[in-house]
Amino acid sequence: MNPVYRKRLWVHRIGIALSIGAMAVGLFFLMWILFTLLVKGFGALSLAMFTETTPAPGSDGGGLMNAIVGSLMMVGFATLISTPIGILAGIYLAEYGEESWLAQITRFVTDIMLSAPSIVIGLFVYALYVANVKHFSGWAGTFAISLIAVPVVVRTTDNMLKLVPSSLREAAFALGAPRWKVAMMVRLRAVKAGVITGVLLAVARISGETAPLLFTALNNQFFSANMNAPMANLPVVIFQFAMSPYDNWRELAWGGALLITFSVLGLNILSRTLLSQKTPH
Amino acid sequence: MTAVKPTLEISGLNFFYGTFQGLKNINLNVFEKKVTAFIGPSGCGKSTLLRTLNRMYDLYPGQRAEGKIMYNGRNILEPGQDVNMLRAKVGMVFQKPTPFPMSVYENIAFGVRLYENLSKGEMDERVEWALKKAALWTEVKDKLNKSGLSLSGGQQQRLCIARSVAVKPDVLLLDEPTSALDPISTAKIEELIAELKEDYTITIVTHNMQQAARCSDYTAYMYLGELVEFGETDQIFMNPAKKETQDYITGRFG
Repeated sequence: MNPVYRKRLWVHRIGIALSIGAMAVGLFFLMWILFTLLVKGFGALSLAMFTETTPAPGSDGGGLMNAIVGSLMMVGFATLISTPIGILAGIYLAEYGEESWLAQITRFVTDIMLSAPSIVIGLFVYALYVANVKHFSGWAGTFAISLIAVPVVVRTTDNMLKLVPSSLREAAFALGAPRWKVAMMVRLRAVKAGVITGVLLAVARISGETAPLLFTALNNQFFSANMNAPMANLPVVIFQFAMSPYDNWRELAWGGALLITFSVLGLNILSRTLLSQKTPH
Repeated sequence: MTAVKPTLEISGLNFFYGTFQGLKNINLNVFEKKVTAFIGPSGCGKSTLLRTLNRMYDLYPGQRAEGKIMYNGRNILEPGQDVNMLRAKVGMVFQKPTPFPMSVYENIAFGVRLYENLSKGEMDERVEWALKKAALWTEVKDKLNKSGLSLSGGQQQRLCIARSVAVKPDVLLLDEPTSALDPISTAKIEELIAELKEDYTITIVTHNMQQAARCSDYTAYMYLGELVEFGETDQIFMNPAKKETQDYITGRFG
């Protein structure tokens, strides 16, 4: 055999072996975590988890109903707030990003926000809002997780729009369409699936955030749909219950963790299917 | 032969990509209801010239044109001209088919709605009319609600032509409209060009010299941003005045 080719073949084999090894290590721990979660969490799953509120210290049973509703409400409002802001800002960056210094700064700030520790955002909202109104609230929590979601949506929208071939844009301009119509009706439409994926990923990201909620929505042992009052939510309940001395609390923490993990997994699978269905040509 | 009237009168046209000069002192008339072909080797400026005629270069900062392009008694290069109205009158079809991500029907209605308020019935008629003009109606009349992207490449290109025709322009700019298509689709588009010139002034950029010879009435040969020779297609191909043109069309160069 040709020695150059043989050497290349061996380099190839070693490379593949190392890659597979690295994947196995990563996958092993991931599976371990998921498996533990499944075993411990599955035992905690019960109808009561969805119908009863979080138990008082020392009392038996209880569920997570108030935390589930609180999480849904805050994540829901945060999605409603951050989706339009994120998409519009993403369009602005993709359309004017190369020309204007304002867009350059926005892109830079978005990148910083994407990697900012979420606890900093929690503290920011605490100092700005909670400390002024002097009580924790669902709105404060919504505001904090919106701040985390917006840059995710901005980034994906911007990136997706850049995938649209310039010829498609030019074709719309060639008909005499004004710039905003080209951006909204042709360019955005061409990457609709990708933009929705970005929103879903942002939702997945904020459903599990704990730190920003600790400083803003805090928690509520009782059921409350009042967005101006402290609000129960899954991440903070898990955080408190997991470290508690009560068995039923710890069990509920496992159940809650399972619930969040599988919701996020579901969102990720949904976004992947959406994205693979329609790719820009 | 009846007297021909110029639709676009280009004079002293210079074009710049930043500091690079892409077109040098172009003087040329595009005649009404005739096909004018721009030929020349890659980078000679033929697409650049086409893109000045609807001011497509405006989208890119750093690109600018100087000189005169007279259309309907106005210099379209002057600041203050309404670029969107110009583009409605000077339509463009690109090298690669560019259907919008919407249905066949909507692809055509999109442009029409920018300028006209038509009733549902009128719009249906217009869509049918445009698709017939582009020789596509029989193939797509049962899939008007299907995505424009689901058509074949050749059909997509004719959809793009239908879309340009639907807004009733005076001029059609075709930028290598068949270079991404197979020979059969190419033949269809060429037939279409012959029919469309009854109603529209057409300019076509092409790499394919036979195509220029087959479809055009006038041919401009360009090289390195300069217009080397311009004249009736028969004369350019049979009896060019300049040796450079002769070398290019006989394949000795380029």
